[in-house]
Amino acid sequence: MPIISQDDLNLWMRRDRKVQRKRYLSWLIALIIIGVGFAYISRQTMWEFVSDAPRQIRDFLSRMFPPDVKYFSRIWPALWDTINISIFGTGIAVVISIPLAILAAKNTTVHPIVRGVVLAIIVASRSVNSMIWALIIVQIVGPGMFASIMAIAIRSLGMLSKLMYEAIEEINQEPIEAITATGASRVQVFFYGYVPQLLPTFIGTSVYRWENNIRESTIIGIVGGGGIGLLLNSAINRLAWDQVVSVLIVILITVVGSEWVSATIRKKLV
Amino acid sequence: MVEKHMVSISNLVKKYPSGQEALKGVNLEVNANEILALIGPSGAGKSTLIRCVNRLVEPTSGKIIINGIDVCTLGYKALRMQRRKIGMIFQEYALVDRLTVMENVLSGQLGYTGTFKSIFRKFPPDVVDSAIKLLERVGLLDYVDSRADQLSGGQRQRVGIARALIQRPDLLLVDEPTASLDPKTARQIMRLIVELVIEYKLAVIINIHDVQLAQMFAQRIVGLRDGIVVYDGTPDQVDNSVLTEIYGEEDWDQGKKRHAQEEDDDEDDDIDQVE
Amino acid sequence: MIVQTSVDGLRAWKKNRAIKSPWIRVLILLVIIAYFILASQSVEINFERIRLGLSRIGTMFNGFLRPDFLSRGKYIADGVLESVAMTIVASSICLFLAVPLSLGASRNIVPLPIYLVCRVILMIVRSLHVVVIGIIFVIMLGFGPLAGVLTLMLNSVGFIGKLLAEDIENIDKEPLEAIRATGASWLQVVVYGVWPQISTRFIGLAIYRADINFRQSTILGIVGAGGIGGVLDTAMGRYDYRTAGAILLVIIAMVLVAEYISSHIRRRIV
Repeated sequence: MPIISQDDLNLWMRRDRKVQRKRYLSWLIALIIIGVGFAYISRQTMWEFVSDAPRQIRDFLSRMFPPDVKYFSRIWPALWDTINISIFGTGIAVVISIPLAILAAKNTTVHPIVRGVVLAIIVASRSVNSMIWALIIVQIVGPGMFASIMAIAIRSLGMLSKLMYEAIEEINQEPIEAITATGASRVQVFFYGYVPQLLPTFIGTSVYRWENNIRESTIIGIVGGGGIGLLLNSAINRLAWDQVVSVLIVILITVVGSEWVSATIRKKLV
Repeated sequence: MVEKHMVSISNLVKKYPSGQEALKGVNLEVNANEILALIGPSGAGKSTLIRCVNRLVEPTSGKIIINGIDVCTLGYKALRMQRRKIGMIFQEYALVDRLTVMENVLSGQLGYTGTFKSIFRKFPPDVVDSAIKLLERVGLLDYVDSRADQLSGGQRQRVGIARALIQRPDLLLVDEPTASLDPKTARQIMRLIVELVIEYKLAVIINIHDVQLAQMFAQRIVGLRDGIVVYDGTPDQVDNSVLTEIYGEEDWDQGKKRHAQEEDDDEDDDIDQVE
Repeated sequence: MIVQTSVDGLRAWKKNRAIKSPWIRVLILLVIIAYFILASQSVEINFERIRLGLSRIGTMFNGFLRPDFLSRGKYIADGVLESVAMTIVASSICLFLAVPLSLGASRNIVPLPIYLVCRVILMIVRSLHVVVIGIIFVIMLGFGPLAGVLTLMLNSVGFIGKLLAEDIENIDKEPLEAIRATGASWLQVVVYGVWPQISTRFIGLAIYRADINFRQSTILGIVGAGGIGGVLDTAMGRYDYRTAGAILLVIIAMVLVAEYISSHIRRRIV
């Protein structure tokens, strides 16, 4: 469209002037917003500390290698705890989120008011990060694996319920109608119509959530106590960088491993 | 008073919450062992009508009496007992995709089976045996353990038929059984349904938009338009004026004429070639 | 599977099991039971501590239900502003880093050595939880939002880099060949052949990521990397549940707003 004839030449421009001007303007506004943001952050930053960073980094690197191999004997029990936190946390969340999802889905809920309440619970649960949940729970049950498990479970609850109730709402209604038409009871309609359609989705989202929770479990110990996060935190506080690297290596392997397990299981479900 | 009709529907009205009036006072009787085809344009209320019979759709007002029982007044439990005697076959087959063929067929017996037994797939031996016989009859015995979503359209509809018949129904409701099938499979499926209906001595209401198929397989044709019965008669009485009454103005002979002409042309060609 | 019964020549049917051998089924069950027994031993629940903590639940909820936005209003406002500023700056800088990295991590664009280097970088960045990166930056640069910005940036680069690289590896290769055939340079091939195929997806990812950045900015404060999380941590530490409740509500509201904006824009683009 923006082809302009000038003398004998046809000029082509990618956009006409008006559009081009608008684009420049929006770029300008974006730059200003970013600039203001950066100025704000700069004001809150102690630049003396930052100027010290290169020396610090050199210091880390020299003290990071070689990693402390002996420390691994302390890491294994903590890793076992971390894996248990992720599995128990996810497990508890799955058990609770199934009834919540059924109550939250438009087509299976018992009453609109119940649905509203459940939706509010789901939103609160998933908008607040597990670290923040851990802050709260630690004050109730004290630091330790139990607090970490609860924090992971409460956060996952909302995440899982949301995906599950969306799956229930998108279910194919025709088979449900057909099962109802045979004179089946509500419980039977649930087990023959809903369960087979939903089970693979539910298992898939649960496994995916577990994969995420492994990641979260590696750090939840910083606040909640228990697991490899606790070890990491204490190593960092002691500035024992060779031990920090050992922990990070184990975290890396665990996370990559859990991704592989999760991907394998989900591939089989289709 | 002895009911002389198996199903008798009177003044049936259905208004959807959206305000749309799908049925505006339908009166219809169906006799035992009768094969009735319900034809009419889309949106005429065919689907709503047969779904009212087993109350998948709640009628707004009117009466539906089946074997002397008014379906509209039944409570949850009694309605389930009534539904067991009414089989239903669907347009998109309505199978549970992730269950096996056998599980889909056995799901037709849910109304007769206890909840726990059905969850653990423990159906009575004679039911399982008749499911196997039915699958043999519809030609799917080799597929018992296949998942329903691995079958072709025609095969899936056969599973749907077996599921409806294992209920041992008195009445069969069939909703556009061939609309998702190719013409050849459509005829095969219609033939199978009609054969089985005669074999099991059922009454059947078939929603079907293909007038030709309806004329070929039904004993009685009922035309529905805008939620009202506008024709009720035998298949051979359905002529152009009846079709216009049901579907609206249209040149009903055009297709046939051209068809006939093409056949003539073909013959001419043949003659030319011979010469 | 169909089996012959002894009764009256009736045929019976049994559902095929996913795992055929009954021995393996029992074995799997035993392994699962053994795991749960072993794992649950590492979870110590200190009932005495929980009993003490439960009495605190009342106080806590009492505080949460009467949120106090005002008495520490300035800190809350600062925290929110800081989170927003961190999100904007980190999200915008990450755009410039993610594109080259994702190009480098695409086998169909770059030679093998560069590909491997970029993939390893992505893998390491992705497997470290955002909080771990946060701790490291805080130690290097001191407390404050700058550490948070760099943390979010690194984490976003890993996220966008990986997903975008997958998209680049799946692009239609014919246009690339056509442009290469005109004698275009590597950069010209990228600008004319690759970019038009991934730009929409890239913008979608960037906006989605900005949404995630905002969520994460709410927890970085717990480890001292700036944002609203620090204010919450302080409030919880002082058992000031009314302020904590107010902050939680603010977080939930802002996360929902960010999510709404993000999905709204993405829907308009696609």
